[in-house]
Amino acid sequence: MRSRESLFGRTAAMLVMGVFAFYILLPVWWLVVAATKDRAQFTGTNPLWFADFAFVDNIRELLTYRDGVFLRWMGNSIAYTGGAALCGTLLAAMCGYALSKYRFPGRETLFNIVLGGVLVPATALALPLFLIFSYIGATNTFWAVFLPSIVNPFGVYLAQIYAGASVPDELLEAARIDGAGEVRTFFTVSSRLMFPGLVTIFLFHFVAVWNSFLLPLIMLGDERLFPVTLGLYTWNTQVNQLPELRGLVLVGSLLSIAPLIVAFLLLQRFWRNGLGTGAIK
Amino acid sequence: MKRSVGIVLTSVLALAGCSSGGDDAASGDTATSACAPSTGQVELTFTSWIPGIEEVVKVWNDKNPNIQVKVQTGPNGNGGTYQNFFNQLKAGNAPDLGQIEYDTLPSFRVQDGLANLAACDIVTGAKDKFVDWTWNQVTFGRQDSVYGIPQDAGPMALFYRADLFKQNNIAVPTTWAEYATAAEKVKAAGGYITNFSQSDVNQFAGLAWQAGGRWFGNDGSQWTVDFSDAKTTQVADYWQDLIGRKLVSTVPPWTTEWDNAYNTGQAWTWVSAVWGANSIATGAPTTKGKWAVAPMPQWNAGDKSAGNWGGSSTAIFKSSKHPYEAAQFALWLNTSDEALTLLNQKANLYPATKAGATLPALTTGVDFYGGQKIYEVFAEASAQVSPDFVWGPLMTKTYADTADGFKAAVSGQGTLAEALKTAQSSTVQAMKSQAIPVKE
Repeated sequence: MRSRESLFGRTAAMLVMGVFAFYILLPVWWLVVAATKDRAQFTGTNPLWFADFAFVDNIRELLTYRDGVFLRWMGNSIAYTGGAALCGTLLAAMCGYALSKYRFPGRETLFNIVLGGVLVPATALALPLFLIFSYIGATNTFWAVFLPSIVNPFGVYLAQIYAGASVPDELLEAARIDGAGEVRTFFTVSSRLMFPGLVTIFLFHFVAVWNSFLLPLIMLGDERLFPVTLGLYTWNTQVNQLPELRGLVLVGSLLSIAPLIVAFLLLQRFWRNGLGTGAIK
Repeated sequence: MKRSVGIVLTSVLALAGCSSGGDDAASGDTATSACAPSTGQVELTFTSWIPGIEEVVKVWNDKNPNIQVKVQTGPNGNGGTYQNFFNQLKAGNAPDLGQIEYDTLPSFRVQDGLANLAACDIVTGAKDKFVDWTWNQVTFGRQDSVYGIPQDAGPMALFYRADLFKQNNIAVPTTWAEYATAAEKVKAAGGYITNFSQSDVNQFAGLAWQAGGRWFGNDGSQWTVDFSDAKTTQVADYWQDLIGRKLVSTVPPWTTEWDNAYNTGQAWTWVSAVWGANSIATGAPTTKGKWAVAPMPQWNAGDKSAGNWGGSSTAIFKSSKHPYEAAQFALWLNTSDEALTLLNQKANLYPATKAGATLPALTTGVDFYGGQKIYEVFAEASAQVSPDFVWGPLMTKTYADTADGFKAAVSGQGTLAEALKTAQSSTVQAMKSQAIPVKE
């Protein structure tokens, strides 16, 4: 009786998950299929199945269109995202560690402010940031997108939790007794213990910056500085004028999610590890 | 860098201070003194979303070492570039020149963001080069103002499937009454005469424009708003009837479903602008050689009037320190044969100048349309567009509200005419809330 019930429960759970997985994967499948079709077959053939395979031609057209501006956008995205995620993770780790391990006046207040920062959507900050960068004359530069992207209050919050969970105070005492400075202790001992958590922070941050759109839209006017999201969006708004851009937008969208998939696959194993660490405590 | 921004900021404040008193006459005077040539090397910035604009500007830069233009780009106007312009005007770092569609120029005008070029001799002297109605779009029909240089136009005509009309012995409609009759025959033959677009309100505006509808007016101090005049209502009722009798399809425009309707011969005609020629050619590639273009159907047999859908201008922002040089560049961009030819090649722009209609690319036959010289039809149409249609100051809102009503009407709730009335009152409301003077 019991086992039948659990069988039923399991089937139901699988069904729900299956439906959601289908729902989430269907557009991706559509994108993959659409990216392999040439322009003439795109509208005329079954949207969920392949027609003549023109994927390679499509990619070639995308990469050579306007002197390969797409590659430039991908490079920009990797520079903004990789750089911001690395710097952001380091900063978040140091902040979170300090908030977790040091006792100092105003610590709670500071932590609450950071928590409040989690609730402020990046969208709401884009215009004030634009006005600030206008004031110092730095709009339409690499820094206008890069610098604001480093900030990641949610990362600080996560790091605070991970530091509390994975770095024992006794170990820090031991390091201090052995004569290691605080900075050295952080880099050689604590950050290693926190590593799985840092990977999680890095991944979250990477995805957030990769998908960030409004900030570059407001800040940038020079096409050569665009990240790939903004570049593809720009093309997409010109489809009425140059309908051939639609195919490029599709292939470009497919290629633009590739780095995210690669990052996830490479860092996945650390990530699972990290989530587990937090959960047991 | 810091310092120069400071200077721009102060000059914007100074300008704003000058013009806050008397509105039109005063800003005319500021323009007089403002439109003087600068000395030495001038660098201008120009924001435009025309695909390939860099290559056109490069031609200018190579020839004019003393006036170098730097291109900035982004998504199309309503996709974000207009909002960026407003932000930049606020922050004091707007470009010298920007691409602004005709229907959005009044928005920038009421925000006092544009330089009045009426005092630039080179600009007023170029008036006769432009098709009359395009010039009126940038002057708002007034003598003392020029708020941009017309760039391109979207005169409308009737795209139709010549092969299908012939096979089924249906005459190509020349009046809207004939169009409705043809719609019945097309339905009987298993197709739809066209797709009524629920979200392209500016297409509907083009249809109303042709019929003689006038949605906005401005006497210099006050706006009038009327989306339910007799002519517009006539157009709305006409399409409501076709929708009600299911003689037109109503799929959302610019989707693959919509492309597919044209590609597979379900939709037989499209009353669209000149740039639509390219939309069909790429959206419905299997129908190559089967399309033709005829003038728009008329409300009264024998009339000759056309509507317009789209088109933009090159405007100069008030904060520009070099309006004279900016005007020189804008005039070159929009009147010279070399620039117009390039713009047509790169982005299918249809020039707003009278001479533009005789560009080689616009006087030859087009393969996709069975070799027909389709642009001659559009050149004729452009000359028949009535010059006194005025856009309102909040068109984005007007479009959105009207489209909401149209979507409901298409799915059977309410009518197009009611949607227009509702959009009218919400537009008036929004204008009042922004302190834009409007006559009830």
